Amino acid sequence: MIEKVFHGSRRYWLLLLVLGALIATGIFFYLRQTSEGLAVTGMSRSVSWGLYIAQFTFFVGVAASAVTVVLPYYLHDYKAFGKITILGEFLAVSSVIMCLLFIFVDLGQPFRILHVILYPSPTSPMFWDTVVLFIYLVLNLVIGWTVLTAEYRGTPPPSWVKPLIILSIPWAISIHTVTAFLYAGLPGRHLWLSAITAARFLASAFSSGPALLIILCRVARRYTDFDPGEKPERALGLIITYAFSAHIFFILLEVFTAFYSGIPSHRASLERLFWGWGDPASLTPFMWLSMMLAAAALFLLYTPARRRDAGLLIASIAVFASVWIEKGLGFVVGGFNPDPMEYVPAYRPTVPESFITAGVWATGLYILALLFKITAAVRARSSE
Amino acid sequence: MEMTRLDFLKKAWRTGLVLFGGASFEVVSGSALLAADGKPSGRRMAMAIDIRACVKDAGCVKCISACHRGHNVPVIPDAKRAITWIWKDTIDRAMPGVLDPYSGADLRGANTLLLCNQCANPPCVRVCPTGATWKREDGIVMMDQHRCIGCRYCMAACPYGSRSFNWGDPRRYLDKGSVARDYPTRTKGTVEKCEFCAERVDRGLGPLCAGACAEKAILFGDLNAPGSAVRKALAGRIALRRKPELGTDPSVYYLL
Repeated sequence: MIEKVFHGSRRYWLLLLVLGALIATGIFFYLRQTSEGLAVTGMSRSVSWGLYIAQFTFFVGVAASAVTVVLPYYLHDYKAFGKITILGEFLAVSSVIMCLLFIFVDLGQPFRILHVILYPSPTSPMFWDTVVLFIYLVLNLVIGWTVLTAEYRGTPPPSWVKPLIILSIPWAISIHTVTAFLYAGLPGRHLWLSAITAARFLASAFSSGPALLIILCRVARRYTDFDPGEKPERALGLIITYAFSAHIFFILLEVFTAFYSGIPSHRASLERLFWGWGDPASLTPFMWLSMMLAAAALFLLYTPARRRDAGLLIASIAVFASVWIEKGLGFVVGGFNPDPMEYVPAYRPTVPESFITAGVWATGLYILALLFKITAAVRARSSE
Repeated sequence: MEMTRLDFLKKAWRTGLVLFGGASFEVVSGSALLAADGKPSGRRMAMAIDIRACVKDAGCVKCISACHRGHNVPVIPDAKRAITWIWKDTIDRAMPGVLDPYSGADLRGANTLLLCNQCANPPCVRVCPTGATWKREDGIVMMDQHRCIGCRYCMAACPYGSRSFNWGDPRRYLDKGSVARDYPTRTKGTVEKCEFCAERVDRGLGPLCAGACAEKAILFGDLNAPGSAVRKALAGRIALRRKPELGTDPSVYYLL
């Protein structure tokens, strides 16, 4: 089955070539980072986590979102998702690999990473996050590969895989909850110190993840022989509509509590994120771009006639971009602003930092391209 | 770091215990927290900073120089990437919201000393994924430079901004001629901070900063010993601690 990755169109090889070049560029800048230290990034004493950890957080969400296709298909027997369930699981695989890479490139002493396993620390959410993410990776890889192999051979999947699939459902929720606990339990970081942080993460995950899946389905339909069809897309569109509404609702809840209570420390980060106009260091323009994309997406999603074709694709892109800015940058960086001494330091990703991030993205897409290629080839054969 | 087979088995057993039972997780973390803020057993090292004595000489940095020189803390020009074990900033920044516009006119805009609070309930220790930062029996929060993976989770967890990360190679900023031979230098990619001069406390000495202060504004001693300098100072004065509402229980007091 794996030999399918060696047979592809010119476009397929070109994609791998471009991604390979991006990976190589990322490695080049990463080597510079290893020799000079994290000083090559835009991070500082005050903003001690930046794009890497923010992107890690975002992609844990994308990984967890596989549950939005796995759960309806396996628990509610929603047949329309049959064609895309494996795509969801493979998306989870490449996302978790990206997460682990983002953690790795963020470490000051990357070659000591195994200390996390050698000196297990049960009071640290980061220890638990490493454990649950790794198990989630294995679960999705085993499930996706086994089910696809069965399809390839024209046999039903082995019975032992079913319990693993059922386990993967709460496990998906757990990885993002633990990721939220990384933030939600820290005294003195008021943007993060909120009981609904985990709920926010899940809502934004279950909107941005399926949005990416829709975009990928459109790519598959256009450039490969494999067509997932319209029905699963429309169902995904509905999931996005409700999850994304919840996401925006949760942000408004945070705004209400912070501003109506009037507690300065609770207000400070949100004020800086959304009303920091005129300060060159603030992320305010990006946050409002995110909100405008959100408004456009909600308009499209709540208009039934636009819930398909171009409308759905545009809405999906808008949802993905909106969450990417809000969660993949604003939430993490915003939590450090102001810092414990109430300074409001600037953070901007540097060139090396951006290329390393792009390299991790390219690695994820490369793996995804190979896994989707195998899936498409198997599907094309079985439909003959 | 050497690890014997027995150590490994102990660790594996502990991890197994935690992995396979939510209840056992409660027991493990519960007892760890109890030991942190429960009944004092033995010494608890603490510091009292006399704010008014300290402000007498606004330009004085003797304590800072003594500490940073004695511990090979590099002088990094870029303030955003500086390493600071002890430093000065305004009282208003150290304790936001404590000062009002009317009382204590002499302290408005005045600087005080900032350092690691050596919390009895330290969030940094709680979040560290490798046990690279831990609390000694006498309450001093330590750093293991060889175990730290540089994830900077402790920096996100510290509500005082007391931790510094080596963004680049710190040795480049050390003056080769005046490197202290009796204290290690550090490498890039790890976190460091004030350790209450634990290496001196073990020899029965006080911290370098306290010894360097001409105004005797830095008092150091055992919080659990009623006769200690810190306890005597606290008994007769009003003292503040930074962000006490967070439940970290700092061991650094600011005498008014």
